[in-house]
Amino acid sequence: MRLSERARDLPESGIRKFFELAEARDDVISLGVGEPDFSAPWAARNAAIDSLERGKTSYTSNRGMAALRERIAAQHERYDQSYDPAEEVLVTTGASEAVDLAFRALVDPGDTVAVHEPTYISYGPGIELAGGERLTVPTRAEDDFALTRSALEASGAADADLLVLCYPNNPTGATMTDEQYAAVAAFCRENDIRVIADEIYAALTYGTDHASIVTRPGMRERTVVVNGFSKAYAMTGLRLGYALGPTEAIDAMNRIHQYTMLSAPTTPQYAAIEALDRCDDEVTEMVDEYNRRRRLVVSRFNEMGLDTFEPGGAFYAFPDCGGDDEVFAEELLEAQGVAVVPGSVFGAGGEGHLRVSYATSMRELKEATDRIATFVNGRN
Amino acid sequence: MDAEREVLDVLARNAREDIDDIAAQTGLDAAAVEEAIAALEADNVVHGYQAVIDWDRVDEGKIRAVVEINVELDRETGYEQVADRIAKFPAVDALHLVSGDYDFAVEVLGETMQDVSRFISEQVAPMPEVTQTVTHYIMETYKDGGVRFEDGDDDDRLSVSP
Repeated sequence: MRLSERARDLPESGIRKFFELAEARDDVISLGVGEPDFSAPWAARNAAIDSLERGKTSYTSNRGMAALRERIAAQHERYDQSYDPAEEVLVTTGASEAVDLAFRALVDPGDTVAVHEPTYISYGPGIELAGGERLTVPTRAEDDFALTRSALEASGAADADLLVLCYPNNPTGATMTDEQYAAVAAFCRENDIRVIADEIYAALTYGTDHASIVTRPGMRERTVVVNGFSKAYAMTGLRLGYALGPTEAIDAMNRIHQYTMLSAPTTPQYAAIEALDRCDDEVTEMVDEYNRRRRLVVSRFNEMGLDTFEPGGAFYAFPDCGGDDEVFAEELLEAQGVAVVPGSVFGAGGEGHLRVSYATSMRELKEATDRIATFVNGRN
Repeated sequence: MDAEREVLDVLARNAREDIDDIAAQTGLDAAAVEEAIAALEADNVVHGYQAVIDWDRVDEGKIRAVVEINVELDRETGYEQVADRIAKFPAVDALHLVSGDYDFAVEVLGETMQDVSRFISEQVAPMPEVTQTVTHYIMETYKDGGVRFEDGDDDDRLSVSP
């Protein structure tokens, strides 16, 4: 069958190769997983089951259940963000749909969309599908992979129409402070750049509160915030996310959403209401456990001589492997049966690094880091 | 969180963590971890370190029972004194004063059901303060010490994902 040019041009994700290599063996410890190893809190799952038993299987409002939107808005008060649940919140099928809707609602053909890299792999293809052109802004290990004004200037981002931010960041685990955001916000205001802020890992920060560009002056009216339940509540497979933004942006996104998705799935919306009402303690427990693993993993990598900055969020460490990251990852998998993802898969600035997910049990993390240490010693 | 609490959180999950790993997980140095553990032990916060065992999977395993005990106190004898006498029996694995219809909830471990019932009828029931005992043998344990008893790990996530 003849395919559209757009589909033909869409490249295979760089992660696929490592997925296939890892799947081919059955003795692999994988530190390559981009989702929590916990299950969703039982109360949330139970609420989903209960909704099914009560026969709650019809569509919801396009924008999502009002009760859920109210709770989402209330939840974001903790990040000093204030949104009207009636007009400024849209519940989507995963944060991925929200990102796609934002591109389609905000990008005209030929628009330039700046993306800091390394970052999550979906933005580039999403921009291209919306007809935009991606402008890469590399972040640097010297800056702990935070986005700086000088990086934006050096990449020519002043001409961009839109900027995509992803902090806490996948794959680096980097976070941004209010001060760092202030510089980026000033750059966006001066150059009239709008922002999509993917903050799916907002709940997973360690030792500091989550910061967002949207709280900087003049940014709320030019920013769409994307978040969801996948990472904070370990609900990846339930596919539930949301977008927050000015009424005109959310209205536009909802117009596309009503034709392409109609409404986000109903059962997960019941789970999400319960999660927001009653699962804070479970989130805290998960965050505490990630934090213990994070410290262990970072200290073990530094001990074995792979420089690793202290990531402030998400569940990834991003060690410097001191050479070709793809070769390192392939040889490590071959020699020791440990899967990690080469940093270059996530774009410019990721080369020479590895994405190490610590969303894996402490026992496996210890075994995997022991094996990596053996591998590193063998290479030296 | 203070150091002792951080260390306690790690030990509560895995009492076999070694000092260096506890240090790595908490961000403390090894000496501070040792100091925290010593303080927790000295203050009787940590009374011991035990494995979570599914006795049903052990050949010649153990029988476990929860025993409700009602007591009658008098001027000279309070709950403390009764608890002290009951707790001294090695067969008593756990002893709690509880609210509700009875006074003490006792977990008893024995080799056989006869062992347990003989212990209750010959040692506990005759105590002058004890007015009634009700013994519930545990038929099956699904979760203990915060650990769900089930087979292996069922991680069905994709091995590599973005």
